[in-house]
Amino acid sequence: MTDGAVELALLEEGPAVAKGDVLLRADHLKKYFPIKSGILIQREVARVHAVDDVSFELRAGETLGLVGESGCGKSTLARCIARLYDITSGSLEFEGTDISKYSRRQLRAVRRDLQMIFQDPYASLNPRKRVGAIISDPLRIHRAGSRDQIRRRILELLELVGLSAEHINRYPHEFSGGQRQRIGVARALALKPKLVIADEPVSALDVSIRAQVINLLDDLQDELGLTYIFIAHDLGVVRHVSDRIAVMYLGKIVEISPAEELYQRPVHPYTEALLSAVPVPDPDLSASRQRLVLEGDVPSPIDPPSGCRFHPRCRYATQVCKAAEPPLVQHGSLGHLAACHHPLSLQTQVGAWATVPVSAETPLSETATT
Amino acid sequence: MQSAEHGAITGSVGPAPEGGEVSSRTGGRSLALDDFLHNKRAMGGCAVVLLLILFCFVGPLLYRTNQTTVNLNLANLPPGGGHPLGTDEYGIDILGRLMVGGQSSLELGFAVAIISTVIGALYGAISGMIGGIFDAFLMRIVDTLLAVPTFILLLIMASMFTLNLLSIILLLSLLSWPYVSRLVRGQVLSLRTREFVQASTTMGSTRMRILFRHMMPNTFNIFIVTTTFAVADAIYSLSALSFLGLGPPPPFADWGTMLTNGVNDLFDSYPWEVYPALIALVVTVLAFRQIGDALNDIASARSTR
Repeated sequence: MTDGAVELALLEEGPAVAKGDVLLRADHLKKYFPIKSGILIQREVARVHAVDDVSFELRAGETLGLVGESGCGKSTLARCIARLYDITSGSLEFEGTDISKYSRRQLRAVRRDLQMIFQDPYASLNPRKRVGAIISDPLRIHRAGSRDQIRRRILELLELVGLSAEHINRYPHEFSGGQRQRIGVARALALKPKLVIADEPVSALDVSIRAQVINLLDDLQDELGLTYIFIAHDLGVVRHVSDRIAVMYLGKIVEISPAEELYQRPVHPYTEALLSAVPVPDPDLSASRQRLVLEGDVPSPIDPPSGCRFHPRCRYATQVCKAAEPPLVQHGSLGHLAACHHPLSLQTQVGAWATVPVSAETPLSETATT
Repeated sequence: MQSAEHGAITGSVGPAPEGGEVSSRTGGRSLALDDFLHNKRAMGGCAVVLLLILFCFVGPLLYRTNQTTVNLNLANLPPGGGHPLGTDEYGIDILGRLMVGGQSSLELGFAVAIISTVIGALYGAISGMIGGIFDAFLMRIVDTLLAVPTFILLLIMASMFTLNLLSIILLLSLLSWPYVSRLVRGQVLSLRTREFVQASTTMGSTRMRILFRHMMPNTFNIFIVTTTFAVADAIYSLSALSFLGLGPPPPFADWGTMLTNGVNDLFDSYPWEVYPALIALVVTVLAFRQIGDALNDIASARSTR
């Protein structure tokens, strides 16, 4: 802490993870939700493939943006990492230890370092608790200090997120959305976590106060050396905060890349389509660029398409896309991975939405009828 | 962090206190309590209940009457003289009997409400919190109890045994807690998916801590309503039982017995013997129902806010 923080009795730093070391490693992470049916004996009839074989690494001090359309599994992934959900299979290493099989009791110690900021600031604060009680909840759960120490820590946290000491005895309904989200941020930071998972922290907020909350998170990262997983469906927001960005589609990471690289040279057709949907504040540029409209709906995660999951909506798709699942491999510069049989031409530098068909094989649409 | 090349994000850098946005309502007292104190129906109901308690429990200390021995010299006296509401067929003062009879009604009402609320709320909350097969099993027990017709069971028990006040309290509690547990379980199930509960989980709360610190305060507005209704229902059940002559035997006094005696005497043209108990019963049940209704309104108005 930079501001002469109150040292809480039980909050000594654990084994420090130096900036740049791997803090979190997900390996073939899967989360399936069973769909059960039957009156007396519940039988599993199908499963929702919410997160399907996701692997990535997160380094201390960085911000990983996670984007994708609604229902692609990004929130489920976040909740798996926070271990709000049990993980179906795969491993999840946090600071070198696999926490994927930890019980609720074992997780308590881990949770001190792994906190979450929720999407809806109206739902994430208990309406019957005062702000002081909400923020001090994590401190009291972990018995971090005396009453007096906890009180001073609350005041410190309130100041840190830009609220004042007089707010301590108020109820959440007395605050605006932005202020509530600050309370949520203060609560997440109370235990000085190492990793903060922000699940669409600004999407429920008014556009005018989004920037405030984002800048607050940004400042706090510099100040406290936090690592973020930042989920959003607003690509502009993600670009602003992220060092690296992962694009999810139907439970899989289809592309992961350093942030600016992704915007300049998307490799996966889905990323390309997503980027083409970002509003551009310049009307001339906006009129001149081509919007790629994806046809059809997102396929059901209960019965995902064979091969590449994006193939029914992909304009470059060929037979191979239907048959084989593309691996997540490096394309172009270091650290830029994508899962695609027909990666967009790396030579095309004309901007984020170059429209050069790469397909050399028979387009899928022609053969599909036979 | 990426530098802000992207022009779309502007706005104040760093947190600034947003003091002006805070609504004028000062924290200090909970909103529900505030609503309750400003609700005329709730306050009216509470005032009546308070008067009833004073009447039944303090009244006999000020207005001393003989409630145990039969005195046929004084039987069936009309109101007036030493007996403001007259006397009954045994020569017992009706005003005094109304006070003593009210004691048992109120004791029963509160006891049943408290017992069934505590058991029902805990049972429902734990069932909903743990979930799964355990929950299914507990809820089948509840279903079984809910299937028992309250009044018929009371009649059977009363015809087999001589019931006293305590056994009626236990019987009524046994049959009314399942309603509370149903409601509380439903609320707990819906609260489990709420983000503030998940937030508490990510902070490392135990399930019991979540249940008692975060969920119970949010189910309060539900079971407080059923509690007030339970008071009224229990008083009504006792009176009905006594009215049928199956209540506790004399010298136990209660409004239902007074009512049934009064009805018999009505045909002997002693009308003052039926009305006091009738009015007391109606007023009491109405008062509790008013409070319950008002609480219900407050609760549903708050949930839509």
